[in-house]
Amino acid sequence: MKARVHVMLKDGVLDPQGEAVRHALGHLGFTGVEAVRQGKMIELDLAATDRAAAETEVKAMCEKLLANTVIEKYTVEIC
Amino acid sequence: MKAAVITFPGSNCDRDLADAFAKAGADVVRVWHKDTEIPAGTDVIGVPGGFSFGDYLRCGAIASRSPIGQAVVDFAGRGGHVIGICNGFQVLTEMGLLPGALMRNAGLKFRCRPQRLKVATTDSPFTRAYAADAEVTYPIAHHDGNYVLDAEGLARLEGEDRVAFRYIDNPNGSTADIAGVLSENRRVLGLMPHPERVVEDAQGGTDGAALFRALAGMLAAV
Repeated sequence: MKARVHVMLKDGVLDPQGEAVRHALGHLGFTGVEAVRQGKMIELDLAATDRAAAETEVKAMCEKLLANTVIEKYTVEIC
Repeated sequence: MKAAVITFPGSNCDRDLADAFAKAGADVVRVWHKDTEIPAGTDVIGVPGGFSFGDYLRCGAIASRSPIGQAVVDFAGRGGHVIGICNGFQVLTEMGLLPGALMRNAGLKFRCRPQRLKVATTDSPFTRAYAADAEVTYPIAHHDGNYVLDAEGLARLEGEDRVAFRYIDNPNGSTADIAGVLSENRRVLGLMPHPERVVEDAQGGTDGAALFRALAGMLAAV
């Protein structure tokens, strides 16, 4: 079973890297980009076979390590 | 005073920090990240600067969960003194010993320069030797020193007089110019600038020496 964790900065936390990417896109002529937020995606291969148990465990991983919940939010996708 | 300085893979200020403690009269023990205990009799733990674990995932994230990490949290929980400098500050926030988080510098540049700071409180074992509102210069060298804290957390920090240092001419976008913060019991300090790099004339300045001397004086007395 695979899990995908998406980690993004919380709304309201300024993202200087996203802003730099937005500027660069503007320089390349992509004028319609109003905002860019940059995050990360983490893929996990799990031995688990039970989806619900896997989701609970991956959420615990997010809380303990994968995300810093002071500034980041996460979503877990089991696939 | 007995000081324990921790070394993670990628730490690069551990020797400087050990030297600064030794110069202030401390017995220094070096502790490896795979160790699980802080040596008996330790009065203060130093978490040094560098790029622990290559800054993978987030700066300080892996180090904060390494085997020695829990021992540092437990030591602080028992009322032990801890100082985390630069990457060490990032580690202490990741451990939850200090509030807030350190993000990429607002200007996206690695900032490396002597940095003027204001001592924002003298009510701590680390800053008690400085005059109120003293101005000091410590070097900075970081890419992720942008201190972020929500409004509620900031109000609490300010209300409890827990901002230890503020930048004069903010180099990285930190909230309220904050360069260093104290824990609730004032015994844990995290700061981005490097006091251990200014403890003797050969380093081009001595503004940091008072911090280590004050700590040594206080901990020798207990």
